[in-house]
Amino acid sequence: MTGDWIIAPVVLPAALAGLALLFARRNLGLARGISLAGTGALLALAIWAVATTGDPQVYRLGNWPAPFGIVLVLDGLSALMLLLTAGLALTVLVQAVTTGRDRKGPHFHALWLFQVMGLNGAFLTGDAFNLFVFFEVLLIASYGLMVHGGGAGRYRAGIAYIAVNLVGSTLFLFALATVYAVMGTLNMADLAVKLAELPPGDQALMRLAAVLLLMVFAVKGALVPLQVWLPGTYANAPGVVAALFAVMTKVGAYAAIRFGTLVFPPGNAATGNILSDLILPAAVLTMAVGGLGVLASRGVARVAGYAAIASMGTAFVAIAGFTAPGLGAALYYIAHSTFAGALLFLVSDLVTARKRGARLPGGLAALFLVAAVAVAGLPPLSGFVGKLFVMQATADHAALIWSAVLGTSFLLVLGLSRCGSRLFWKADDAPAPRLSAGELVGPLWLTATLVGMTVWAAPIRAHLDGIVAGLLNPAAIIAANTLGAVP
Amino acid sequence: MEALFAIAIGALTFTGVYLMLRLRSFPMILGLTFISYAVNLFLFISGRLRSGAAPIVGTTDTPADPLPQALVLTAIVISFGMTAVIVMMSLGARFEGGDDRVDGGSDGPGNRPETTQ
Repeated sequence: MTGDWIIAPVVLPAALAGLALLFARRNLGLARGISLAGTGALLALAIWAVATTGDPQVYRLGNWPAPFGIVLVLDGLSALMLLLTAGLALTVLVQAVTTGRDRKGPHFHALWLFQVMGLNGAFLTGDAFNLFVFFEVLLIASYGLMVHGGGAGRYRAGIAYIAVNLVGSTLFLFALATVYAVMGTLNMADLAVKLAELPPGDQALMRLAAVLLLMVFAVKGALVPLQVWLPGTYANAPGVVAALFAVMTKVGAYAAIRFGTLVFPPGNAATGNILSDLILPAAVLTMAVGGLGVLASRGVARVAGYAAIASMGTAFVAIAGFTAPGLGAALYYIAHSTFAGALLFLVSDLVTARKRGARLPGGLAALFLVAAVAVAGLPPLSGFVGKLFVMQATADHAALIWSAVLGTSFLLVLGLSRCGSRLFWKADDAPAPRLSAGELVGPLWLTATLVGMTVWAAPIRAHLDGIVAGLLNPAAIIAANTLGAVP
Repeated sequence: MEALFAIAIGALTFTGVYLMLRLRSFPMILGLTFISYAVNLFLFISGRLRSGAAPIVGTTDTPADPLPQALVLTAIVISFGMTAVIVMMSLGARFEGGDDRVDGGSDGPGNRPETTQ
């Protein structure tokens, strides 16, 4: 993907969402067509971006030279996250259409497209303040999607979700104002250059800003102790929306990787290893809280929420060192846990749509088994491969991290098997119901993706290692920004 | 002037945090608003505090930095929109759920606020 096409993943969903609002308010078929076509086109764009991944490329908004204008930067990591978002969004959107979940309230498709626009923008932008703006775009769309269909529980959980994220946004602004006051710039590449030349007197302020930024990303990425909003939100959101939200926590992980490799690389003079030192213990605690939460929860949606927390803990453990093997493992695990978490939420949606206590279809039990195996990290699915990668990368801290990873997997196996036996293991003479074809589309697609990630784990990992090599060489991104040069 | 600004931002943040920790949605939203006012002031002075300076080079001796003014405009618009969203959401929760508590608990039937139903 080159030149002006870099902005297409942001502009396309924005324009289509506007069209859906203007012309398809009462026409569900047209709205479905717009959003399916748009998300499909985004998937095509993302595949193109991944296939042509090379040196980082820059798009200047309004052709203003960096660092004075805002730039979008497309590198291997952005392309990967675009693919992850578009792939998940299309799968879950098809499921929402075939099961009719999009009928339950107005403007589902417009909100969906705005949500995808915010995600794509957050993954593409090369400017710290623009990252804040795209965070707000994806959040405001997610507030609407979260209460899609209404109901007292949803509104109540929605308020908590919005309040926590508004505080997170305010912290983000405090951090950005501190960064701008010290550095005089908000372009990420320019920050990387200027941080190396920062006078010692200002270094403490940048450490403060780095920790504030990490707190913001911890809110997004559900890192302990800022994970409290997640279980209630995901359990009360409609299942298809919760499945899309599986990629939202990854925005936090993405931002932590981006800032930890480009702006605050490990061992730099100003902030040292402060990000690693804070992320590692928080990530281990996150795994523990996720595992214990799965064991303590009753409903399948809450179990899925706590499993999402545990998966973020595993991803952040791999991120914490900001080493090449760790980041490669983290990217693989992030991709896996997005699809596995979404599968579990889709299964939970199909369970909660049925009458409580009614006999559940056997096919649903099989899907739950697949999702549970993937989420807990048992062989043969990609969760096992992902956890193996994570453990290989963290052999230095084997005593702490390996016992946390394996202990959490054990808790997840226990919690998920208890949840599954309570749901499906019943003696009942009622005729066995069947899953309709429409209900099977999304889960089967996600299962196929997980199987594909397992079968082609080695080539995928090789591609990810290429991305990580680019990340750990910030000079290429900085050069692509051509700081100060008039185009 | 620095001291005045610092005290104002501190007082706004303090008020905001206190109100945000209250039990009901109305004080909580007021608290969020206070904190967003505090951060708007904080953003505004990140280009240094100068009085009587225009953000255009050549009109005054030392021009003011225009970027924080643009940033703070963006932040004001966003926090305004977000406040509107959370107000609508609280009204939804108040009329669907029967009370305006934000801590997950609920008022007993005896001390429930008057509803319009």
